[in-house]
Amino acid sequence: MASTSAAVPAKARQQSGGFQVGESAARLGTQAFAGGIILITALVLWSLITGSWPTFVRFGFGFLSSTAWDPVAEKYGALPFVYGTLVTSFLALLIAVPLGVGAAIYLAELAPARLSSGLTFLVELLAAVPSVIYGLLAIFVLVPAMRDYVEPALQKTLGQLPLIGILFEGQIFGVGFLTASIVLAIMTFPYIISISREALLDVPTDQREAALALGATRWESTYQIVLPNAKLGIVGAVFLGLARALGETMAVTMVIGNDPSVKASLFASGYTIPAVIANEFPEASGIQQNTLLALALVLFAITIVINGGARLFLHATRQKGA
Amino acid sequence: MTINKFTSVATLIVVATAGLALAADVQLTGAGATFPNPIYSKWFQEFGKVRKDAQINYQSLGSGAGIKQLTAGTVDFGASDVPMTEEQMKALKVSALHFPTVLGAVVPIYNLPGYSNELKLSGESLAEIYLGKITNWGDKKLAADNPGLPVKPIIVTHRSDASGTSFIFTDYLSKVSPDWKAKSGAAASVSWPVAGLGGKGSEGVTGLVKQTPYSIGYVEAIYAIQNKLGSALMKNKAGKFVKGELAGVTAAAAGASSAMPADFRVSITDAPGAASYPISSFTWLLIPTHFDDAKKKEVMVQFLKWMTKDGQKFAADLGFAPLPKEVAAKVDAAIAQIK
Repeated sequence: MASTSAAVPAKARQQSGGFQVGESAARLGTQAFAGGIILITALVLWSLITGSWPTFVRFGFGFLSSTAWDPVAEKYGALPFVYGTLVTSFLALLIAVPLGVGAAIYLAELAPARLSSGLTFLVELLAAVPSVIYGLLAIFVLVPAMRDYVEPALQKTLGQLPLIGILFEGQIFGVGFLTASIVLAIMTFPYIISISREALLDVPTDQREAALALGATRWESTYQIVLPNAKLGIVGAVFLGLARALGETMAVTMVIGNDPSVKASLFASGYTIPAVIANEFPEASGIQQNTLLALALVLFAITIVINGGARLFLHATRQKGA
Repeated sequence: MTINKFTSVATLIVVATAGLALAADVQLTGAGATFPNPIYSKWFQEFGKVRKDAQINYQSLGSGAGIKQLTAGTVDFGASDVPMTEEQMKALKVSALHFPTVLGAVVPIYNLPGYSNELKLSGESLAEIYLGKITNWGDKKLAADNPGLPVKPIIVTHRSDASGTSFIFTDYLSKVSPDWKAKSGAAASVSWPVAGLGGKGSEGVTGLVKQTPYSIGYVEAIYAIQNKLGSALMKNKAGKFVKGELAGVTAAAAGASSAMPADFRVSITDAPGAASYPISSFTWLLIPTHFDDAKKKEVMVQFLKWMTKDGQKFAADLGFAPLPKEVAAKVDAAIAQIK
């Protein structure tokens, strides 16, 4: 291409004119696509606010702290759903982050190349499994195991301790907060592994070699040099996992018990915002529909707060590093 | 390469023309209840053989969605497990008629390991279980009819999604227990007094009960039969224990048909009659009284007439009870109201 245009200058000029038109067209086109993102977000927000307005007018801010859910008497509160969503998501991260980051370190730093690529393929496969399949697996495998072995064992051991014993109290169903959190952890951790691994691999080999040359062991180089360098990517992976956990619907509704109550015990059945929307929206009308939209708005707000928090956190740590 | 292209284009043309040839002259679209979907699909398919130039499409979105779409005028007819309220009727642009089509039963299902007898329940004790007043299978009130029940806590399950099945179940509990009526009432989605487990859809509740020892739940009779789950015998108004099978449901409809109102909006839960199964219900098609398109009206009328006669024989195979003769005759007479 370059040689022909050099040989025929007139044609080259013509072409460059064409390039300029193409350039601005591409610019306008991509600008429109980027503008589309803002437009879609604005439309979602607008329809959520107008749709949920009657609920906020009727119940005020009490809506957020009320635990009522009575479609017959038309009394609604958001607390059990917000509680369930936050508890299951954070518990899921508590399980998935050490597992995911640990596995990523092994795959990126320690595993032989062949094993690493094989396992990475499997992890990507796990990330592509539809959530309803995780839900079914949970019902037939995880729930009976939790009910018959794990939860009774936890109740007998940790449940006897002061303070934290309250987390393991009450009747054992097999479904509930803990089971839902484990399913969410299984679903989020392929994402955490996959993205953390990429972040670790992006750290230049020079850095590792320099550390090793200074006499650091393999683990010291990984822990003190590679991990801090990949921190941004790993935090990003964790928040992507959290976003998936917050919004997960099918698998959660299949194993959480769908009971709108706020209980300290991790064995109790609960409810999450996406689950209640999926369950009740098809048949809802009037104030109930407004209320479900209000819950959607609350979930939207939670996501924004968490993502905003993550940005601030990253910003703060980056400045400290510089 | 070119041959491949040629064949694929040719196939496309053949498929397109075949599609055109199959497209019916008259197309009717309906939406609503999921519970009667198996029989409705069968009916619309069989009716297509009778009227080759007509096609009826049905989307099973749920009773509430059916009423909403009918109100919005996006479908030609609706379907619901719950009769429309006065308020909903007023919101319609063209008033609609309720046509009962078949009947179904909702049965309590349970998982009691080591208990081989059939569970017998009265309406009061079922309500007390769901109210949290009876919390153990060993309770004296249950033991009277069921000697040898294990002393284990009862795990109560219910539908977590709003559904006509829950409406029929809570409508029955409201009739037999003033306490239930005051606390929760009858609706497609209610506030459940006991902290139990909610399952999405009948398959969700079936799964929970199958998986959870000492649990109780409720589903449409067909689910209990297909999944070989024990379903409780219910004590009816006459004091007899009846199983939620076709005979008992039809008897309940017959018992209630003498008091059938002209608009067919009737609840037959807790029906009189010694053979009546008490948690039974009609399911309805919601048909506008006026069609702008004369062809559509003609097909709709022909379908309804076919449904009350030939269509009824498909019901039993799919687990639905056919309309009692007296009710079918009344429905047939009401078809004339469609203008």
